[in-house]
Amino acid sequence: MSRSTAIEAGLGPAPAGSPAAAGPLRAPGWRGPKLRKKTELTILLAPALILFVGFVFIPIVIAAYYSFYNWSGYGPLSDPIGFRNYSYAFHDPAFIQAIEHTLELTVASVVIQGPLSIGIALLLNRKFFGRGFLRTVVFAPYVLPPAVTGVMWSLILQPGGFADQLLKAFGLGGLVQLWLANVHVVLFTVFVVLTWQYLGFGIVLLLAGLQNIPIELKQAAAIDGASPWQVTRRITLPLLAPTIRIWGFLTVIGSLQIFDIVWVLTEGGPAGASSTITSYMVLQGVDSTDFGFASAIAVILFVFCLVFALIYQRFALRRDMQGAITRAVG
Amino acid sequence: MAAITQLSAPGSAPGHSGRYALRRWTVIPATYLVAIVAFGLTVVPLLFVIVDGFRTNGDINNSPAGWPHPWVASNYTSILTSASFWEFIGNSALIATVATTLTLVLGSMAALALSQYEFKGREVFYTVFVSGILFPIGVGALPLYLLLQRLGLLDNQFGVALPEAAFALPFTMIILRPFLRAIPGELREAALVDGASRFRYFGQILLPLAKPALITVGLLAFVTSWNQYLLPLLVLQTSSHFTLPLGTYTFQTQYSQNDAGIMAFTAMAMVPALGVFMFAQRYIVAGAAGAVKG
Repeated sequence: MSRSTAIEAGLGPAPAGSPAAAGPLRAPGWRGPKLRKKTELTILLAPALILFVGFVFIPIVIAAYYSFYNWSGYGPLSDPIGFRNYSYAFHDPAFIQAIEHTLELTVASVVIQGPLSIGIALLLNRKFFGRGFLRTVVFAPYVLPPAVTGVMWSLILQPGGFADQLLKAFGLGGLVQLWLANVHVVLFTVFVVLTWQYLGFGIVLLLAGLQNIPIELKQAAAIDGASPWQVTRRITLPLLAPTIRIWGFLTVIGSLQIFDIVWVLTEGGPAGASSTITSYMVLQGVDSTDFGFASAIAVILFVFCLVFALIYQRFALRRDMQGAITRAVG
Repeated sequence: MAAITQLSAPGSAPGHSGRYALRRWTVIPATYLVAIVAFGLTVVPLLFVIVDGFRTNGDINNSPAGWPHPWVASNYTSILTSASFWEFIGNSALIATVATTLTLVLGSMAALALSQYEFKGREVFYTVFVSGILFPIGVGALPLYLLLQRLGLLDNQFGVALPEAAFALPFTMIILRPFLRAIPGELREAALVDGASRFRYFGQILLPLAKPALITVGLLAFVTSWNQYLLPLLVLQTSSHFTLPLGTYTFQTQYSQNDAGIMAFTAMAMVPALGVFMFAQRYIVAGAAGAVKG
């Protein structure tokens, strides 16, 4: 499905102003004898294409096929049930809840981590003692395996553990909660851990973006009498917008499939209070061996990602990605 | 970046020194405050796990937030001498190496085809690869499990490495193709005049020139594979095949009474990532941004 979308889009007219249109591409082309060129192309292209189609496209096609069956994962497909897996999913309160949690985490990531990393990046974008070191430190959580981060935080957050003791030491003992066992708190806890892991990446990405803004623009504005706040608001932030949009794209695509940290902290519990689409899918597939149904969930998740990418591309990213993704999904 | 300080330094904008002096007094302390808070919030959890790994379980139960009393190294030494810890590291390294090698070799071959040749359908092929970026491995994991089951690759390290390489191809192509295309064609003409074959030109001139892009792509593929959790969780079943993230969580559930041991294990599981990847920051950020920007 995704394949045909992509190819159709690719055959469509190139978007106006696309720099990739024929011109510069033609120059480095080879014009050798036909057969030889064909052989060389096959040698170069076929292995990657086989790997890619085999392990990226075929599985989702298989899943789409399985999703129309009642199937436990073993034996032949003998019980076609049409769209019943899908209608069951959307009538299952636990799945609706998982979608809600996923969307809440996604929105919170954008709305809270976004301004936070922009603000911190702006403040850190000046020379001060130890800046390079701080940047490396702040980036550190991002390179940790999320599952290991999850184990670390589950130790910190256990009842009476380090986090609780620390709160008490600061006189905030009243805030102490069963961080991972209270159904009203657990999603908040998951979000805090996600923020710990991913905030540094946003900061470092935005800092890199800030450093690409030509200083002359800011100097000119300052000489013309713009206040530092005006320089930030009218010059720096608009010029940082492409980087912010890229951050947004990566954050949302990442949040929609959030799994590792949730699984290690709570396995989606207690009572589904921190479930996400992916954790629900894994529970249905592996633990309940209802693979027809889990396949339907995988297809739904895929459609979510695709729809988001199309919308985001249409409204936010178009100007930044005249190349690759414009042609892929525009 | 140095110039930005220049901007906020008093005197750099004549007539506004008063305002800039004020800015200096408010913004610089704010910068240090934010820097210290960010540093603390990042480092304290890490230090906690590392330090608690030096305590005994009784000590931890007595005062969950205290310093080790006494310091014991036995948690760490028992992990460092356990076969399973090294097995997890070995599996992670094997899978990440296979995935990275495949990504680099197949990815650069395909990028050469799509950048150095002219043929009908070239953009369609490129679009097929690029559309994969909408398709994170988390979405594909369960369908992959079903496919690998059919192929008999369940509980096999290659069953994890092959899909990881496949899912790394989109950003590989997005980064490599523009890079290869930007290399001037005169080089090729010169190489041809000197009698080099096309493949020799690719291997001895073009790819060495693309080294920065290849490093970025390779590092991203390696880090992504090393940190991957969902796919190994579904595919690997025997604990001697587990990767490090998988092994860490399994250790926690198996020895749930041994807090000090879990702390030490978690700390050790962080060492490879912190020791190596942190210093690859520049490449990782450039790669992630480049992968979307195209």
